[in-house]
Amino acid sequence: MIFTDESTKKLVPYVTGGITGDWADCLRAYRDNGADAIEIGLPFSDPMLDGPTIQEASDRALARGATLDSILTEVRAMRAEVPLIVMTYTNLAIRPGFCARLADAGIAGLIVPDAPLDEVTPIRDAANAAGLDLIPLVAPSTRPDRLRDIAVSAQGFVYAVSVLGTTGERDRLDAGAGPLAAAVRALTELPVLIGFGVSTPEHAAAAVRDADGVVVASALMRRLLDGASPAELGAMVARFRESTRSGTGVRAPESV
Amino acid sequence: MGVMSEPAERGRFGEFGGRFVPESLVPACQEVEAAFRDAWSDDGFRKDLDELLTVYAGRPTPVTPARRLSAELGLTLLLKREDLAHTGSHKINNVLGQALLARRMGKRRLLAETGAGQHGVAAATAAALLGLACVVFMGERDIERQAPNVRRMRMLGATLVPVGSGSRTLKDATNEAMRRWVADTAEAYYCIGSVMGPHPYPWMVREFQRVIGDEARAQVERVPDVVVACVGGGSNAAGTFAGFADTGARLVGVEAAGGAAMTNGSPGVLHGHRSMVLQDAHGQVVEASSVAAGLDYPGIGPEHAHLAAIGRAEYASAGDGEVIEAVHRLARTEGIIPALESAHALAWIVRNAGDLAGLTVLMTLSGRGDKDMEIFQ
Ligand SMILES: Cc1ncc(COP(=O)(O)O)c(C=O)c1O
Repeated sequence: MIFTDESTKKLVPYVTGGITGDWADCLRAYRDNGADAIEIGLPFSDPMLDGPTIQEASDRALARGATLDSILTEVRAMRAEVPLIVMTYTNLAIRPGFCARLADAGIAGLIVPDAPLDEVTPIRDAANAAGLDLIPLVAPSTRPDRLRDIAVSAQGFVYAVSVLGTTGERDRLDAGAGPLAAAVRALTELPVLIGFGVSTPEHAAAAVRDADGVVVASALMRRLLDGASPAELGAMVARFRESTRSGTGVRAPESV
Repeated sequence: MGVMSEPAERGRFGEFGGRFVPESLVPACQEVEAAFRDAWSDDGFRKDLDELLTVYAGRPTPVTPARRLSAELGLTLLLKREDLAHTGSHKINNVLGQALLARRMGKRRLLAETGAGQHGVAAATAAALLGLACVVFMGERDIERQAPNVRRMRMLGATLVPVGSGSRTLKDATNEAMRRWVADTAEAYYCIGSVMGPHPYPWMVREFQRVIGDEARAQVERVPDVVVACVGGGSNAAGTFAGFADTGARLVGVEAAGGAAMTNGSPGVLHGHRSMVLQDAHGQVVEASSVAAGLDYPGIGPEHAHLAAIGRAEYASAGDGEVIEAVHRLARTEGIIPALESAHALAWIVRNAGDLAGLTVLMTLSGRGDKDMEIFQ
């Protein structure tokens, strides 16, 4: 169980592990500004489902020498007090002992975007053996029977990908996001979070009308790549927190 | 199930293959699989493809005995001449099949990745022929070193998308093509250039390239002792091997030394399938490096990994220096300038001529060297 409190809308900000020397301070800043969980991207050389921002973030982390070990060492040291979720690709997730090492560092959940339902069993077995939830993705193209199969086997939460496309900031929240989240919500008791393209507090407020929460990634990583400090990212998370708090959409500041 | 027949459930060749793609692409892959199964069992589709291969691509390509080089090497060398196919390489066989399939599926646009540019040229050609649009993803480094093919693609009306991420070669062009496909599955058909990617591509591309091996088998008097082909993703090799898988011929695939996934790689998942992958101790994919842009790839098609695992085929590698020498040697002994990619197979034969003495060796000459003239200087 990643989320224990069912009464509030969930805010899950993202950070690429190892992207800067002080990236772990982002974990603290996110936590202190109301994150319900934090997604940590474990950088991979070939991030098939990521747009330019997360690609650049991954490249930068790898160029700095980030590894699973170095990232988990910092995670372990920080004692997050919020659930931590790792997102990475199959090639890393299938390495022997991977899930056990995540669990050992206090990670609660795992997202593997290139392991769809049909290929996921070995990874899910390894994750569950280590006590991790394996969080599935659903997409606007997922057909109803498959949506049901994914929803009933989901753990932690269901990640509803708002667009047919890669991660990245967008001007508008895709009109398909709400209906997709609503369709999944009818199939599972687990929270359903909308991610991909949630770029502003307004988007987040709109998303949580149909969903139980949002994941915010590229919008934060863009600022970080442009030089924003962990404290500034924390302030941004606070604005997303404010906009998602009620689930009815409060007015947000002009710029974030 | 015999060797090189249909893959097992979920596109598996032994422990390799599969469909490791984002959930957004699963329906698109299922749609391609259903369409391919339907088309491949439809005599009308087969007839259309055969006709295009004959009246447009110039098939059958001949098998040419390399008489002077054979005498020098002390063996009988036969060349399956894919360099004589329209657009200058075997890539056209696969692309005509996939483009016909795309049209049958009602798609308007082909997406393709390319290394040497041969697959991009083939895709642009088929798109022009069938009235489809074509978007080709190509690494910036490959754009620089394969300039003639870049010009050809543009002339054929394709939109070229330079890819500046990672190694700026085929691996990154493939990532980018897949990302674009995620966003464009309704109108676009992803036309993969080799026996790689998610199921059904490795199987489908092998079936479209099987024409190389089937023709060669019918063209030779008796089954050769050794059948050799170069391996990037492995499509010309897979197509060639498919014609000889049920014979006693020794099957040899030759990779670039700087991109030898089978020799130096380990099992992993890249570009939608599980196969052998060049990777570091942390699971990050290592950049390949070869003078041949078409072999500059850190992976290999999953069926090759399986053929190696069961001992039906063997894989070796050749280095840049011996490959360039092999190009010049074939040019001067036979009057044929091979593509750098193809010359890897020849370099292996030259190096192993002692062991091959007296044997009949069939080699697939996958393409011609026109695109590489700058590099030969
Ligand atoms: C002439 C030629 N041969 C071989 C290859 C390698 O591809 P494959 O291994 O799929 O045959 C290429 C790729 O660009 C090529 O252009």
